[in-house]
Amino acid sequence: MGDYALFTGESFRAVPGARRLMRRVVRAGLEQGVRCLPVILIVGMFTGLVLGLQGYYVLNRFGSETLLGTLVSLSLIRELGPVLAALMLVGQAGSALAAELGIQRNSEQIAALETMGVSSHGYLVTPRLLAALVVFPMQTALFVTIGLWGGSLSGSMLLGLEPGVYWSAVERAVEMPDVRECFTKAVVFGLLTVSLCAYHGFNAHRSRGATGARAVSAATTRAVVLSSILVLAADYVITSFLV
Amino acid sequence: MSASSDNLLLRVEGLQKRFGDNVVLAGADLAVPRGSVVTVMGRSGTGKSVLLKCLANVIAPDAGRIWFDGRLLSADDPKSRAEFRQRCSFLFQSNALFDSLTALENVGLPLEQTTDLKDREIRERAMEALRQLELDAHAGSYPSQLSGGMQKRLALARAIVTRPELVLFDEPTAGLDPLRRNAVFSMIAKYQRQFSFTAVIVTHDVPEALAASDRLALLDNGRMCFEGTSAEFAASTQAVVRGFRDSAAALAGSLAAIRRGEDIHSDDA
Repeated sequence: MGDYALFTGESFRAVPGARRLMRRVVRAGLEQGVRCLPVILIVGMFTGLVLGLQGYYVLNRFGSETLLGTLVSLSLIRELGPVLAALMLVGQAGSALAAELGIQRNSEQIAALETMGVSSHGYLVTPRLLAALVVFPMQTALFVTIGLWGGSLSGSMLLGLEPGVYWSAVERAVEMPDVRECFTKAVVFGLLTVSLCAYHGFNAHRSRGATGARAVSAATTRAVVLSSILVLAADYVITSFLV
Repeated sequence: MSASSDNLLLRVEGLQKRFGDNVVLAGADLAVPRGSVVTVMGRSGTGKSVLLKCLANVIAPDAGRIWFDGRLLSADDPKSRAEFRQRCSFLFQSNALFDSLTALENVGLPLEQTTDLKDREIRERAMEALRQLELDAHAGSYPSQLSGGMQKRLALARAIVTRPELVLFDEPTAGLDPLRRNAVFSMIAKYQRQFSFTAVIVTHDVPEALAASDRLALLDNGRMCFEGTSAEFAASTQAVVRGFRDSAAALAGSLAAIRRGEDIHSDDA
């Protein structure tokens, strides 16, 4: 835990000395964003579709189906959007990051950077961390937007709810604190998961009882599992403070 | 070239390193005169690469002192370490090339990350290094698209592009055929003279090391059992030196004995 905190601190401390940082941040952002875009769109759409379907039948029991927009939008913006988008990003970008750094550690590329006088944290980790601070909120916003359309598709086109009723409920329900909560979670999840995945990949050679390719595989698995748990735990903590 | 002169670029004293119960370095000393080629030899597993990685600060030694250009390198003095890194390059046995970067990007990386040169200047200097190593036609290729010998030359191009004063070579000829081995040693000798850097080479190749080095050191049981010139190495009567130096002749003798059907006893396969 302390080692992980030091690792993250070192990555941020490398910001002032990192050369051509912006270029690497943009490249890392494009990698994370483009790599995750399809899965964010697909999962966001299906999440909205299912929410619309389930929500409509539940609300219909109480004659409140006009509140479908409220249910879908608040569920997505406050909880499902940030959490599911983060989990998708962990599965795609986080696992790729851990594996890439693990292989670079194994093939002495990280040691090579150090011998060149290049900060391996500043070159390999810092750009990814900074990119995550932008990419996670953007992908979450995309997830929520697509999810809202998915909810509209279920409620309006399949189940006959007036589109105007759905969208006006969305507009009435969503307030600025909800949006702030959504983006706060996205930024925190981005920071936690990318640093944790980077930490495990970077230290793949320290995996207990595993070396070489097996150590990379173990580090990647550990990174994804722990990041996913961390997202849910952090979600609970943030929600308990912001609700 | 005498190691006792004051003109030492690198001096190592009492370097120790152990991994668990395995003592790899047990007080190794080494003197590297400025502008020379010093080759460290020894059997596999005697700690040659560990010694080099301790020098390059890839591995932290347990004890011992290292002076670079008269200045003691200390973990408590990051400035001296940083200065050392700027003036030293390391050529890994595995080459440690960035597999997701092209040859040109690999060579340009140290310049991009440690200097304030403009992109155009970095590109020019990287291309110049590639040209010197006859790799300019492969500037856009990825390391995986190059042969083993080309990868070695690419790693050397990356090592010299910053114009270092000291280059550490970790088994630069490992896995190469005899012709390539000669070519690599010739290349090191050529660029060592051209750029006037000091070289420390770790290798098993006795004939090439004898021909290309100003000084030789032999590591055995974690300590230097010999340090001297090529002529002194060739004339040494020390048992360890003779065993290492005459290994080719010993192999020929063993093979001849096998062909004659005699029993051969070897203490080190």
